[in-house]
Amino acid sequence: MASHPKGAVKKRPSKLRDNLVYALVWAACFAPVVWLAWKGYAGALGANPIEALIRQLGVWGLRLLLIGLAITPAAKILKKPRLVRFRRTIGLFAFSYIALHLVSYVGVDLFFDFKQLWKDILKRPFITLGMLGFLLLIPLAVTSTNGWVIRMGRAAWSRLHRLIYLIVPLGVAHYYLLVKADHRPPLVYGAIFALLMGWRAWEAWRVSPGSAAGTGRPARR
Amino acid sequence: MLIRHAPDLTDNDVTDHSLYLKRRTLMAGLAGVGLAGVAAGEAQSRQAKAGLAFTKGFSTTEKPTPKDDITRYNNFYEFGVDKGDPAEKSGRFKPRPWTVRIDGACEAPRTIGIEDLIKANRLEERIYRMRCVEGWSMVIPWVGFPLKDLLTSVKPTSKAKYVAFETVMRPSEMPGQGWNTLDWPYREGLRIDEAMHPLTLMAVGLYGDVLPNQNGAPLRLVVPWKYGFKGAKSIVRISLVEKQPVTAWNKLAPREYGFYSNVNPAVDHPRWSQATERRIGEFRRRDTLPFNGYGEWVADLYRGMDLKTFY
Repeated sequence: MASHPKGAVKKRPSKLRDNLVYALVWAACFAPVVWLAWKGYAGALGANPIEALIRQLGVWGLRLLLIGLAITPAAKILKKPRLVRFRRTIGLFAFSYIALHLVSYVGVDLFFDFKQLWKDILKRPFITLGMLGFLLLIPLAVTSTNGWVIRMGRAAWSRLHRLIYLIVPLGVAHYYLLVKADHRPPLVYGAIFALLMGWRAWEAWRVSPGSAAGTGRPARR
Repeated sequence: MLIRHAPDLTDNDVTDHSLYLKRRTLMAGLAGVGLAGVAAGEAQSRQAKAGLAFTKGFSTTEKPTPKDDITRYNNFYEFGVDKGDPAEKSGRFKPRPWTVRIDGACEAPRTIGIEDLIKANRLEERIYRMRCVEGWSMVIPWVGFPLKDLLTSVKPTSKAKYVAFETVMRPSEMPGQGWNTLDWPYREGLRIDEAMHPLTLMAVGLYGDVLPNQNGAPLRLVVPWKYGFKGAKSIVRISLVEKQPVTAWNKLAPREYGFYSNVNPAVDHPRWSQATERRIGEFRRRDTLPFNGYGEWVADLYRGMDLKTFY
């Protein structure tokens, strides 16, 4: 972005520029699934393409959830408040990847064997947790529109969307529990989540009126 | 089948690979799937390729999994935990020269070089199903010899109740050993009667060639009725012991990986079902068979044992 002379009023970026940035975000969110589809088509997903597909969709869903959670801190730290407008897009993409992850597990791996699915949900903790996380994501996806924010009221909407702080660790636990021996990848995602939550806790304490570092600004996440 | 050819040409050299594969499926079919197939297979011309001469042995008539899949989709954590790691990261591993120590409760312990071991044993091709504990399976044409032949040669004593396998420890050549995913070196074990069973194979080759690094070169164990991880790779020591030996996966997660680890659709892994499996290359899952379909030959080993307790 061009630098502004001191004291000049920051102008809102042009519509064209705005659309361009949006297009880039969309393209980036679409890239993993396009790449997966291409690899699948080219037979490059390895000897067990079904497992690879399910795993990759799940991992990308988790990554997008974490990127979504990183936006608020990034907007504050980089002093670019308008970044938050990407939260909805990224959140909905995360939901889509996780929905595809579930659909490919139920439709391709289990081949719609719903009896087996039910057994898995009851007997396998990693599937129980994953399924719970997905169910909790549904209301967030449904209420993601501006209409719903108005209908629910900002405060109630925010409270509902705080469910994401429960959903992401469910996703990390789901991943952790299915790994056989090398727990490093799920632990890395867990650590990133902890870091993002740590920042939120610190930020809430910093801006709370009672704290020494309080600036008097109202506490907002 | 009689094929005349120049002395240094083998059947493999003059036969298109896919045709060669079809023919061996047919031959295995003609030979039958019983242990008697060994004798019938021997009548066939000897195969020679890359220094391995072998006859046809006990085999399934199922279609072997393509070699590309067998050599690029591996669990060999010494090279990394991803299925592609063993193929990508085993280039620096040197499987030759190699010696194996055979010791413990026996009268004639010895250390033997891999080439001498290959020369001293009659090699057979055996096409076995391989069921991974993770729920996928392959059909693999191994070349090897019965472990029984090797064990008999060192004259086990009456104290030999189990066999312990120790595999190689070379962090400089095996990048996965730089991290303690498992307690290296990888160890496995069998009860003596399992080890002496004619189906238990020491493999030195795959698809008629010398065993590739990522598949456990130069010498690995194959126990077709057990989950794949029982097949210790790159073995350096085989010990006859009195007590049940420590095994790598059992040590890491005893509730999940038992000492026996016989393929059993009725005993689930605590985290996933073992009732079905995906055969590599197939779309739909298929039912997993007790003892991986080898029950006819091995179920007697476990008579009177509760396989839910001894999983």
